[in-house]
Amino acid sequence: MSEPQRTAPISVILGAIGSLRSAIFPAIAIAFSGIGGDGRFLLALGVGLVSVVIGTAFSYAHWRRLTYTIGETDIRVESGLFSRSARSVPYERIQDVSLEAKPLPRLFGLVAVKFETGAGGADDLALQYLTDAQGEDLRQLVRERRDDEAAVSVADPQAPVRSEPDAGEVLYALTPARLLTFGLFEFSLAVFAVLGGALQYVDNVSDIDVWNVDLWRGWLTEQGSTVASLGLFVQAAAAIAGLLGLVVIGMATGVVRTVLRDWGFTLTRSARGFRRQRGLLTRTDVVMPAHRVQGLVIGTGLVRYRFGWHGLSFVSLAQDAEGESHIVAPFAKMEEIAPIVSAAGFRLPDDSTQWHRASTRQRTDTVVFGSAVFVLAAIPVAIFAPFGLFLVPLGAAVLAAGANLYAWEFRRHAIDASQVYASHGFFSPTRQIATRLKLHSVEIAQGPIARLRGYATVHLGLAGGTFTMQGVPLAEARALRASVLETIASTDFSRLDQAPQNQALSEPHSEFSENFLAT
Amino acid sequence: MDHTPANTPAGHPLDDEGELTKLHPGYAHALRLRTTLTAIPFLIGALVAEAAIRDLALIPQGIIAGTVLVIALALIIRVPATRYNARGYQISADRLRVVRGLLFRSDTVVPFGRVQHIDVHQGPLDRFFGIATLTLHTAGNHNASVSLPGLGEELAREMREEIRAHIRRETV
Repeated sequence: MSEPQRTAPISVILGAIGSLRSAIFPAIAIAFSGIGGDGRFLLALGVGLVSVVIGTAFSYAHWRRLTYTIGETDIRVESGLFSRSARSVPYERIQDVSLEAKPLPRLFGLVAVKFETGAGGADDLALQYLTDAQGEDLRQLVRERRDDEAAVSVADPQAPVRSEPDAGEVLYALTPARLLTFGLFEFSLAVFAVLGGALQYVDNVSDIDVWNVDLWRGWLTEQGSTVASLGLFVQAAAAIAGLLGLVVIGMATGVVRTVLRDWGFTLTRSARGFRRQRGLLTRTDVVMPAHRVQGLVIGTGLVRYRFGWHGLSFVSLAQDAEGESHIVAPFAKMEEIAPIVSAAGFRLPDDSTQWHRASTRQRTDTVVFGSAVFVLAAIPVAIFAPFGLFLVPLGAAVLAAGANLYAWEFRRHAIDASQVYASHGFFSPTRQIATRLKLHSVEIAQGPIARLRGYATVHLGLAGGTFTMQGVPLAEARALRASVLETIASTDFSRLDQAPQNQALSEPHSEFSENFLAT
Repeated sequence: MDHTPANTPAGHPLDDEGELTKLHPGYAHALRLRTTLTAIPFLIGALVAEAAIRDLALIPQGIIAGTVLVIALALIIRVPATRYNARGYQISADRLRVVRGLLFRSDTVVPFGRVQHIDVHQGPLDRFFGIATLTLHTAGNHNASVSLPGLGEELAREMREEIRAHIRRETV
């Protein structure tokens, strides 16, 4: 047992800086509003100072009162000023340990250490901030404690465990050139949303009323008359230039966002799991145990699919910040994805995989109902709107029908001895792979139309994600359920996550050991 | 790891499409009572609306309240019976199948080996009719909890014990 420890003292300063940051805007607002008359700058300064002092005091008190203890079997954190809370997380329940270094803590060599248990974001255990070395030690420690609970007589936790600093084989890395290509595909117009937000802010703190229509109309007619005097050719050129500008801005935004998020993306394979490092300013470092991976998602995009680019994510109980699955290869060719997939103990669908297509009846129904909305919308438009406008919803109906027809191309599912596969998407396929053994329930769902037409949606219960096969003919859905259930029911949940070395060899089910073969 | 043969599906020619077991008859009554309770506020609302526009004499008296009453009666008499008939379950050696839904049918199977914890819940109405809801929780995101309402109270507890025994047998 170790003594209760505190987080790094610099955390207090970082907390204080955080409170300073949140005090700045109210202070500015006071300075520029009418409150306080002549003395408003002093008032603003006062408010800012007071909030910084209070923030620092709280930050210090929190730091004083938060201790963590690294025990034999669990990590305990005690915190709270007035109402104390003590949380204990056993090592076996820790899904992964991630280190996150935001820009400011990074300057001081500090990281936030998060222990993910799969109990849902806010309930996880987090220590901010520890020094880089402490965080790394803690991670090593957690891993070793978890791996050999009983086997190793645990060394003194105070003495840093630096036995294997995890210099595993690099499975995937994003080179700057690749990152740039990736960024171009991440076309985003988010910058306009940011501009909108900024306008709103200008509206709040200044006298300019940005939502005043007259202001804009005046500006537009002024510009419009200039444009109108230019002639048709120049107008068209200007429109094209405008569109091109939009594309350039969108791509530039994409590149900037991607570089910030995925700079130095490296995925390494170590003895026990996967380790992902990424980020330019905010650096994150996540370790995922291989046997916790429940399924895979291979996604792609409308355009990048045409160039053969895909992205791979792991479905597990632990998730990335946005509540998404862990992305392990954001932008890769299939041949680069294949080794990662096999390292995780899965197999990609190959020629022997028997894909089944969705029912053609379902294709007909989605086409009919997908376009029916627009056809219905065309009726009032034809009656009330100026002649010719009804062609717009009709055109949309044709497009919707075409999109649904095309989407059927991607709607497939397959099952083999150990895995289930599904694929769906409108203009590009999203493929999912899951181990039959790690499914939790099977549901056959049918809406009124599906019942009439004899097909169903099959939902498979997957921890940390969803797995759906759409438009499966009913008889096939039942057969599928029967065979999946046969696999599930033969192994109890408690045996699923056991350390592989204990049982991989004695396990009678071939699919089970297969999933761990590479582990 | 040792599999007792009794738990392997090979030992049980399981038929997931088999005949469903009906729920406790009290469940139909409970559904009916629940529908009635839901209908009462609407009826009161209709009567209030009726009273409010009586002086205006826009429409013949009793149209609003009458319509609401007819719809409510239809719902109270017809729907609970249909819903009761649409529901059912099937329990076998190692799994529970729950079927529900009138328009949107759903047919879920949960193997006992994947059950995380089990709830037996009784609301005040349920207690009056002697029924209970059995809920199985799994680790999957979809169907994180599968509930089977309208079991006889005794039966629900028996089923819980049975499922629990199965889990323990597998784990020990």
